[in-house]
Formats: sequence, structure tokens, C-alpha cells
Amino acid sequence: MEIKETAVAGTLESSDIQIMITKADQGISIELESDVAKQFGQQIKKVITDTLKQLDIDAAHVKAVDKGALDCVIKARTIAAAQRATKTVDTPAWEVL
Amino acid sequence: MKNSVNRQLPEEIMQQLGYQAFQSTEIGSPDIQRVAPKVHVSTGNDKLCTSLEEVVKKTVQDGMTISFHHHFRNGDFVFNQVMRIIIDAGIKNLTLAPSSLTGVMNDLVIEAIKAGTVTNITSSGMRGSLGDFVSHGGLKNPVIFRSHGDRARAIEHGDIKIDVAFLGVPNADRLGNANGMQGKAVFGSLGYALMDAQYADKVVLLTDNLVSYPNTPASIKQTQVDYVVQVDQVGDPEKIGSGATRFTKDPKELKIASLVNEVIVNSPYFKEGFSFQTGSGGAALAVTRYLRQAMLDHKIKASFTLGGITKPMIDLLDEGLVDKVMDVQDFDKGAAESMQKNAHQQEIDASWYADPDNKGAMVDQLDVAILSALEIDTKFNVNVMSGSDGVIRGAVGGHQDAATAKMTIICAPLVRGRIATVVPDVTTVVTPGDSIDVLVTEYGIAINPKREDLQQAFSKVRSLPVYTIEELQQLAAKKVGQAAPLEFTDQTVALVEYRDGTIIDQIKAVKD
Repeated sequence: MEIKETAVAGTLESSDIQIMITKADQGISIELESDVAKQFGQQIKKVITDTLKQLDIDAAHVKAVDKGALDCVIKARTIAAAQRATKTVDTPAWEVL
Repeated sequence: MKNSVNRQLPEEIMQQLGYQAFQSTEIGSPDIQRVAPKVHVSTGNDKLCTSLEEVVKKTVQDGMTISFHHHFRNGDFVFNQVMRIIIDAGIKNLTLAPSSLTGVMNDLVIEAIKAGTVTNITSSGMRGSLGDFVSHGGLKNPVIFRSHGDRARAIEHGDIKIDVAFLGVPNADRLGNANGMQGKAVFGSLGYALMDAQYADKVVLLTDNLVSYPNTPASIKQTQVDYVVQVDQVGDPEKIGSGATRFTKDPKELKIASLVNEVIVNSPYFKEGFSFQTGSGGAALAVTRYLRQAMLDHKIKASFTLGGITKPMIDLLDEGLVDKVMDVQDFDKGAAESMQKNAHQQEIDASWYADPDNKGAMVDQLDVAILSALEIDTKFNVNVMSGSDGVIRGAVGGHQDAATAKMTIICAPLVRGRIATVVPDVTTVVTPGDSIDVLVTEYGIAINPKREDLQQAFSKVRSLPVYTIEELQQLAAKKVGQAAPLEFTDQTVALVEYRDGTIIDQIKAVKD
């Protein structure tokens, strides 16, 4: 699936994560800001990457500002941002949710 | 070398500094010898000075140990004034031995370390930029962390030999009679500073409020003081503490507080004349409100509360639910201001409060202690010193000391954001699991297996969900996932003493 426009999901409240997805030529790149990057940075990036791949997105740049979100929250915010960026909010890919 | 809480210790450094490894929480009944300060004899008529610079240059020399108290907390104007003069005078190799270091002191401590002015530090704790600086190897010699009771012990033993103590007070007369209760920047109890006043070779008082002689009540006495220096301002009253400590509205903390209350009420210690101490965490403070109702319902009164005092505690005293408040420091204005009006709010020094090498300390008489934790592990060991990233950001405070209570309750959320509080092994052991009896989280409680009596007492209480601490740890791990282990270098940046002066753990520099 193709990124059509820049989109954001999530807030900067504690235990949340803000995901911003923008267009990229190829591959998934993630810029992560997190107080728990030392302990959970790899895990957070993995959840974001896996979620995007499930949605068939191969090329995107992600800026993630994490405030200690759990995996389920990271996944939910990534899906929401991806749907907005691909303009599929009205036609979500139910089978991968 | 490993100690009895299974911590790897730096053998070479400990040998150099003459340290033993922590073995046991039992203090026993040894005979010990205390030290006494040097006295420069005077009739006391020429103590008054207007130039702080003059006094500093007269008293402080290379290699000395200097001390301060932290009763002004983040409203402190004394530390920075004195340190500025010391750094500018080019004095080197000092040991800094304050009762603790607050955030407002951080910049000058870092500057003093970089200038070679300060080469050793002993403190209750450190936070913010200073903790970060030390955790990145900024100070060559390891910081020695001591509890408030242990600092008193170390001073009485001569482990800390204070050459000059600079003590800020909101009032003093020309001979040095002073207290913390009257004036502009009042903080109430002088508890920690009383050790410095009694044991330092030179005692310099700084005050912005010179009163007529003789000044009473005199917590610090003229017999202890060498100089009285007049300064513009010793502290910012607005930043010493809030007006009155407010109870938390966080539902998680309230849930924990109500469970703590259930634990206390259903314990064998909840009876007429019981005693308790609460720490300064949100949930620990909220316990006071639940406990008040329980005391009214059961018609039970406490004989004393102990430690750091807040306004809600004074309210219990005024209501007649508590007989005495034994006060080593005051956390808010309400508690600070009530001290001079209430004879049942007794100022106590750090030795009386918690020094283990004593003819009896208050903590030895304590029934229930309610304390918080950054981390607690499955051995019930508690960390209040290093953050989840391994960086120093806390203080021992009275944690080890109050934990000698007959029932010590740790209250903490199971997880904070994505960080588990209940873990397989704490980053730094500050208080050994042997002195911890019950852990209370918002999900339920865990009882130290050594306390079969409490296991039995609480198993019948329906409102108390009892788990093993391993179950709580696994529950936490399930929520947050597996954290990557922290990475440290080989450099020891701090040693944590147990209250008896043995080493319970070391802190290493973080790898970035």
C-alpha cells in the first residue's frame, strides 16, 4: 500500500505514543524518541515495522515520540496513522486487524 | 567479592577505603567509641561577621571536609553562596558531606568537581544533572551514599570528620543560638543539621534574621557555634515546601493507599498506642487519610509518628489521634509552622531518629513503616537510588532506617508507564529484602515468605488479594514485555552503605 499523505495518530500523554508517517522512496525508516529507548527501543521499532508490513506498506518514514506506551498501544497508533496516510480510513483492511 | 544480597563489589576500592561487605540487618550490641570535635575557646563576643568571604577564607583549606544541611530543599540560598566563594578562592580537594544534595545545588557541585574544588562526595542522594554527571563518570572517586541514620552514625564514629559546617538558619542571635521555626525562610525541624552543629570542628551559621540575645528555643546552641554571618537571604520560603501536602487524586495511588490501610488494620500491630512512619511518595502520603478513618472507626490512637512530617500528620495530632510527632524534618509549611506552637511535635536529631549505633533510636521502636520504591525484586530488595536507565536519581533518605520497623510495607505501582516496578533483580540494592515485610501494588499484595505470621493473618482477609512476589513480577513482565538489560562500564561511580557502614551495593557508570 502507498503512503499518499503525511498523517499523525496518538498524543504526547504518558503511556501513549505519537506516530507520524510520511512518504519515502523505499524501505521503512524509523526515527524514535523515547525515555525507555535503552530498554525497549528495539521492541518499539519492531512493533511499528511488523504492523506496517502487515498492512502491506513497504516504503514509509516514521517519526515516533514514545511516552512509555505498551505494545498494544503502539500497534493501534501505527494502524491509525497508516490508515490516515494511505487514505483507507473508510475502507480499513479488516483481515489484518 | 559478593555480599549477602548477592551483589558483586569492587574489592580493590573497598580495601583502599577500609570497607566490609554487607552481611546482615542485625546490628547486635557492640561497644563503640564516639568522637568529639575540636573546640576553639572563646567568650563568644566576636562571633558576628558581615563578610561571608572573610569567614570562608579563614576556615576552609585544601583537603578539608565541609558540610551543609538540606532543610531548605529547593529554596536553598546558602549552599551556592558558600560554594561560589570557595571555588573562586581556588581551594582544592574538598570532601563535600551535606545531609543531602537538592536540585538547586547541582550546577555548582558540577562546577566544583570540574574545577578540582570537590574531589569526594558523601550524601543521602542526588538527582537531575548531578546524578547524570556522576553516572557518566564525572567524579573520579566514588560517591558514598548513606541513609540519614547512617550519616549520623558515620559522624559519631568519625568516619565523616567535618572540618567546617555551613548551616543556614532563619534566625540566630549574635552567639549562635538558633532554631528553624521563626523568621522568613522557616523549615521547622533542624534534625539533620543538629549532627553537624554537634560534631563539626568549626560551625558557621548563616542567617538573614539576627535576633536579640538570648534566642530561644535554641535547637543549635551557642556552645557549638564559631561564627554567625549575616546574609541577605538564606532561602526562598516558596520553594522550601508547598503550603500543605495535598493528597493524590491518582486512582492507582488511591487504590494502593486503601490496600495499605487494609494491611495495617488487619495486622497484629494495629492496636492502641501503635506507631507509624510514612515516606514521601504519593501513595504513602495518601495512607494517612485512610488510616485516620480506620483509627476513628476502631477507636484506636497512635502513640507517635516519626520521620519526615507533613500537614496531614499534624492534623492527626491536633485531632488527638496521634499523641506525639517525632520530627526530624518537615516537608511542608503547615508542618514547619506548627512546630513552635505544639509541644507535642518534638524536634529530634538524626541520631535520635535513626542511628543504629545508639542506646536506642526511634526507628527501633517503630511498629509500621510505609515506604515507596523505584524497584523491588523477588528477594524483596528495594532500589530507591538508580532509575530504570541505571542513572543515579534518588536518595537513600531514611529508607533503610525506617525499614527496621516491625512491619515494613513497600507501596508501589506494579508498572510505571512501560517500566516494571516489580523485577527479578533491582538495579541497585539500597534496602535489603530481609527488612521488608509486605509489598502492596494496585493488583494485590505479596508477603515476605519469612513472615509466616503475616501470611496467616492476611490469608483470612477477603479484601486483600495475596500473591507471591514472583506472581506479581511475572504479571508486570507480561504487561510491559522484556526489557533489554542495562549496560554499564567497569568504573564504580558510587558505593551504597547499609546503615551499619558496610557496603550493600555499588553503582557503575552507564554506557551510552
